[in-house]
Amino acid sequence: MLTLQNLTKTFGDKTAVHKVSFSVDRPMMIGIIGRSGAGKSTVLRMLNRLSDASSGAIRFEGKDITRLKGAERRNWQSRCAMIFQQFNLVPRMDVVSNVLHGTLNRRSTLATMFNLYPDGDIHKAIEILDRLGIAEQAPKRAEALSGGQQQRVAIARALMQDPAIILADEPIASLDPMNAQIVMQALRRIHEEDGRMVIANLHTLDTARRYCDRVIGMRDGRVVFDGAPEALTTDAAREIYGAGTDFSEAATSTEIETLDRPEARPPEVFAEAFA
Amino acid sequence: MTGSALTGSNPTRSDHISATYVVQVRRRRMYGGLTLALFTLLMVSGFVVADGRNAGGFWAGWHQMLDFPADVLSEAWEKRANLPALLVKFFPALVETINIAAASTLIGAMAGLVLALLSTRGLAKWPALIPVFRRIMDVMRAVPEIVIALVLIFILGGGPVPAMIAIAFHTAGALGKLYSEVAENADLKPVEGLGSTGARWIQRMWLGVLPQVAPNFLSYSLLRFEINIRASAILGFVGAGGIGSELRHAMSWGPGRFDEAAAIFVLLFGAIVFFDQLSSRYRNKMIEGQ
Repeated sequence: MLTLQNLTKTFGDKTAVHKVSFSVDRPMMIGIIGRSGAGKSTVLRMLNRLSDASSGAIRFEGKDITRLKGAERRNWQSRCAMIFQQFNLVPRMDVVSNVLHGTLNRRSTLATMFNLYPDGDIHKAIEILDRLGIAEQAPKRAEALSGGQQQRVAIARALMQDPAIILADEPIASLDPMNAQIVMQALRRIHEEDGRMVIANLHTLDTARRYCDRVIGMRDGRVVFDGAPEALTTDAAREIYGAGTDFSEAATSTEIETLDRPEARPPEVFAEAFA
Repeated sequence: MTGSALTGSNPTRSDHISATYVVQVRRRRMYGGLTLALFTLLMVSGFVVADGRNAGGFWAGWHQMLDFPADVLSEAWEKRANLPALLVKFFPALVETINIAAASTLIGAMAGLVLALLSTRGLAKWPALIPVFRRIMDVMRAVPEIVIALVLIFILGGGPVPAMIAIAFHTAGALGKLYSEVAENADLKPVEGLGSTGARWIQRMWLGVLPQVAPNFLSYSLLRFEINIRASAILGFVGAGGIGSELRHAMSWGPGRFDEAAAIFVLLFGAIVFFDQLSSRYRNKMIEGQ
């Protein structure tokens, strides 16, 4: 279905992504993990064609995505929705208009410039917002919403595109644990109910383990782990993050339940840190 | 709340929200359409009124609009051999005009900077006096340069100094307004940070606000410099010296000296292009922080 072959991206003499290859044969939820700067965002941006690959190919249903130009490229972008860490909504426009931006690729430029969307689209946008539990916010400006609500508006915009793939670039990195859980559950439900493929960059291991069917670990632009979440042992995690033996997954966890686990915050960690 | 992220939709509630929103959208579209209609009406009626008060009439005269440029161009073409000599001859006058523009832009920008900081909410030293400084800038912008220049020429006699004062006065008002709008969007956190160290107002402005707004200020100042080159050329028409007076002599003599007029236009055009290129280069450098 989706195949990446030796995908490479260089910025000047720096290689951000080095010969990344993997293939996905059916819609599933994939988590890409790794340190900041490992090239996770660059991979997603190349998938969406927000940035161009230096070499290599991305094939979706047999077509090479990296070669698309003009209207064909924009068509692909509308089938491959993107969700950002900082939400990337238009702050001064109302929530429904932001969701309707998901239809921009299908509508004429002139009509959208004057905000003339068909009533059917408006009803559909509000249904999606209702599905995500934020229909009450519909007439408000996007900037008036909390971070968790804004991220759900961004997901609604992605759903409005009716995409085959949803790419999520650190969707919960700016959110508190409770909103993070709501957003991750929403993405999981979208995968399960609509059968869409979801590829999410995540920076916490437990989130990847809990919500994803497959985990890809990246380090310095290369894929160093690719497998089921169960195979992601602590050793594998140390390899991905390039960490030593002092690495503890619980120390970076954002899950609320972690607090109940006694081993989550061993007092000696703090004692060492402040020694 | 945790589990309610994707709870099944409640059709009646969702329909109600939809209906209210659609009503809101219709109202907004109606206002938009009315605004557009009003705009068109004003355009058409404004044109009709202006045309009615015109001595000659637009429809009778519009096809002659290009006659003068055609005369100038044809004559300049006939005497094209003179052009290099004329460019050299008028270059000193151009330098004088650019001098007037540069001096007045610098003085106006400094005055505008002070006025802008004093009239920006959140930055002003005396917040109560913001309206006063705003009105001062309004007055400075409202009086046309040519009026000030004429009054000053009457008092001080002809020459570049009255032109410079007149343009600087207008520039201070115009740049003050633009600067103030840029400064309004500046981040106040660095200012607060400096304030917490016991810094004085001028220190907070100079070290906390200016580094943030400098690229925008510079770009507005350079745009103003361009405008001022043209303004100082126009003031030459009323006796302020520079390339403007030469242009008036060349044009008011009628046919016979149009080659000189063409040379002056070439010089002015070249100067504007030159400073435009120069300014965009330095602006980019400053924004990239090099």
